[in-house]
Amino acid sequence: MSANTTNAVDIKNLSVEFRTDSGIVKALNNLDLSIAHGRTLGLVGETGAGKTTTGLSLLRLIPSPPGVITSGEIFLDGKDVLTMSEKEMQSLRGKYVAMIFQDPMTSLDPVMTVEDQIAEVIALHEEGTHQDAINHAREMLELVGIPGARGNEYPHQFSGGMKQRVVIAMALACNPKLLIADEPTTALDVTIQAQVLEMMKGLREKYDTSMLMITHDLGIVAEICDEVSIIYAGHVIEHGNLVDVFENTKHPYTEGLFNSLPNIEDRQAELKPIKGLMPDPTNLPEGCAFCDRCDYAKDICFKQKPARTWRNETHYVECHLYNEKNIGEKVIGR
Amino acid sequence: MSKENTKKSQSQFMDTFKRLCRNKSAVLGLIIVVMLALIAILSPVIYDYDTQIIKTNYSEALQAPSGAHWFGTDEMGRDIFNRVMYGSTTSLSIGLITVIVALCGGLVLGAAAGYYGGKVDMIIMRIMDIFLAVPGTLLAICIVASLGNSIMNLVIAQAVSSIPTFSRVVRGAVITARDAEYVEAARAIGAKDARIIFKDVLPNSLAPIIVQTTLQVASVILSIAGLSFIGLGIPAPRPEWGAMLSASRAYIRDYSYMCLFPGLAIMTTILSLNLLGDGLRDALDPRLR
Amino acid sequence: MSNAPLLEVKNLKKYFNTPRGLLHAVDDVTFTLERGKTLGVVGESGCGKSTTGRSILRLLEPTGGEVLFEGQDITKLSKEEMRAKRKDMQIIFQDPYSSINPRKTVGQIIADPLEINNIITDKTQKEKRVRELMEIVGLADRLYGTYPHELDGGRRQRIGIARALALEPKFIVCDEPVSALDVSIQAQILNLLNQLQKDMGLTYMFITHDLSVVNHFSDDIAVMYLGRLIEKAPAEELFANPTHPYTQALLSAIPIPQLHNRRERILLKGEITSPINPPKACRFAQRCPYATDRCRSEEPGLKEIKPGHFVACFLTDN
Repeated sequence: MSANTTNAVDIKNLSVEFRTDSGIVKALNNLDLSIAHGRTLGLVGETGAGKTTTGLSLLRLIPSPPGVITSGEIFLDGKDVLTMSEKEMQSLRGKYVAMIFQDPMTSLDPVMTVEDQIAEVIALHEEGTHQDAINHAREMLELVGIPGARGNEYPHQFSGGMKQRVVIAMALACNPKLLIADEPTTALDVTIQAQVLEMMKGLREKYDTSMLMITHDLGIVAEICDEVSIIYAGHVIEHGNLVDVFENTKHPYTEGLFNSLPNIEDRQAELKPIKGLMPDPTNLPEGCAFCDRCDYAKDICFKQKPARTWRNETHYVECHLYNEKNIGEKVIGR
Repeated sequence: MSKENTKKSQSQFMDTFKRLCRNKSAVLGLIIVVMLALIAILSPVIYDYDTQIIKTNYSEALQAPSGAHWFGTDEMGRDIFNRVMYGSTTSLSIGLITVIVALCGGLVLGAAAGYYGGKVDMIIMRIMDIFLAVPGTLLAICIVASLGNSIMNLVIAQAVSSIPTFSRVVRGAVITARDAEYVEAARAIGAKDARIIFKDVLPNSLAPIIVQTTLQVASVILSIAGLSFIGLGIPAPRPEWGAMLSASRAYIRDYSYMCLFPGLAIMTTILSLNLLGDGLRDALDPRLR
Repeated sequence: MSNAPLLEVKNLKKYFNTPRGLLHAVDDVTFTLERGKTLGVVGESGCGKSTTGRSILRLLEPTGGEVLFEGQDITKLSKEEMRAKRKDMQIIFQDPYSSINPRKTVGQIIADPLEINNIITDKTQKEKRVRELMEIVGLADRLYGTYPHELDGGRRQRIGIARALALEPKFIVCDEPVSALDVSIQAQILNLLNQLQKDMGLTYMFITHDLSVVNHFSDDIAVMYLGRLIEKAPAEELFANPTHPYTQALLSAIPIPQLHNRRERILLKGEITSPINPPKACRFAQRCPYATDRCRSEEPGLKEIKPGHFVACFLTDN
């Protein structure tokens, strides 16, 4: 919250627009987000909520045009990303911060062996001969549980789970301080997902990496994250540590997300979906973005954006239902 | 991020047209093509074929461009401007008819090959390969030479040599569309093959076919001009750009304007059709959306 | 009607020829499905669950085995007879984006099955029926003339459901109908499918990789692994007493959105073996923590260990 922080990530008041022919898509709206060193933040939201845009903004990789950052600041390890030269930014990518994309099939080059691909990343950021880089690449493969000898194979010779591990090895090759994982296991089967998550947990502890885990799956958040931010229409509407958000759920949208999930313990439990659809990002409502879908919406919700209310030092929610006085009580219940 | 839900309601046609309009060279191509089409349609109405197009007038032969004859006159005293204008009717209509014939053939053969695959595909495409192995112009020359020199035969000759190209394009497009889940969905509700091909597969394979059609019109016009140039095209005295070019060959040193204008006409037509075709290719490509 | 099960699948096989050999996509799958019930079929990608669904509908021709629908073996029907049978057996697809033709309007897509099968020929009657179907699946009436690219995934999936319902089928294969959707939309569609089953007495075969969804939705659950059905039991029984080591690992791998009562996770080693020319052995043996020599040389068959609970594993012998 203070400006001179040394958090791994600090995003303040970030707004990003995509100016398309069919209108201005407001992808991020005054988004705030921070990750302390060594911590893992889960960024949870639905398709179109702005999760991926947030990840890309951190690396300054928003396609422009049509993407434009209209306001806000982004700090990585205290350094202002938006004022950096392209050269400084390049040395930061891969070295300080690396990103894992959702689809391992498209983030690997099909005509290069996997060790060459990893070595290429290493060579960009570290001194040494090509052979050093290859050796390092093989070590990285071993680290993610792939025999180093398989490094001279091509991506199509690997299964989906192994490809994603190669992508992770590549991201970790330069020992980044921050890892942005954009739905890293969505394309994988559950048993493979379990393996990959377990491996990521191990590596994170070993290297003390901070992590931004972008996901739609609250189960994965419970598994691997320390804190969680719920994002809706490009804005964080609830943030806290796991106990805050999972057991003292405050925002009606967060509550709706939990209620939409089939409960594995109680198969008779009725699903309570959130009614309606995400608001059109070219035409966001004047008040709270969630008001049209909210069961608790009051008049004020349609007119005015809700302010932030803190429940404790770690947990805040942006909703008109709450004020300083009633935030401690359980207002809505699951 | 999904821009899907932000898209304003509009038909696919308008969508494509809008994207085409963003491409300057394609718009230029489109404008010229539309103008040419207008000229081609209006020329037979404006000009009297017997008196203004084919009537010889040796007293005015070989005049340079002037106020009276904008493009000059040819060796028989005919106004070159009139003949170039009228020539567009010949070229464009034959080009269009040929391509429509070839397209129909290509659609049937390509759709069958692509949709059924296997042996049907094998047989159709090997036959097409044989046609493709013979240079198109050569094939056309053979057909015209053996059947005789008439517009009808010219259309047949050009259509036959264009069918393989269309079959391949259609086949490729159909194979892509065939594996889509909505085709399976159509089979699940009991649709028959013909319905699936015409209602589901072909409408979704139109983009490359439209592009190919545009480009093929250009190439047919060009080869008709080529055939006319060597005397196997449109029989005289009907004005045709290739034939006019051929006739002006003898006068190229002293009366170079004679070959300049028909040549320019061919060039403009081909260029504009190609610009339009390339523009359409980009506008119809879903990846560029 | 008779007491016979609506659907009986016996030794269903579907093999594909690939350049590297015969791919055993579905191998000897046998199960029955009672009228009005839901069978959940779970498994990971490539386990043959979708192929099973498509083979039952003969969208893919089965390589062997029988599919008895109301006692009649539909694998023996002619193409024309099968076309008529499809009125009773429908499918809802996974991907709401690719499963509907982008060149048709919502109204046309839903009218298609009525037209193709000559159910309603009168134009106004047909439109009335289409609007009725749209209301049943919760599509706003004004969407009648719109094109699918203007709609989101949830609405598109509703179109797919309306199209399947148009023929008033008895049996619907739901092939991962919610896995492409966001959770909040997913719950809407699941509730809709549930409601439709209650209202119309539908029988579902619900194919999914998401165990929490299948648990919520199914009466019985069948677990598939590499083309084989390895365990089948009533849903509660399966979750309470998973017996096959793979089922146990699969259940333990589900990320649960809860902080307490977390399950002990069984981590599998290795990757799925290739289904091309599989050896005569338990197909799970390579990843199984309990595999013995017998598992590597013999294939276990499906055995009933409790009423209704079938398992294919040698461990149950002891």
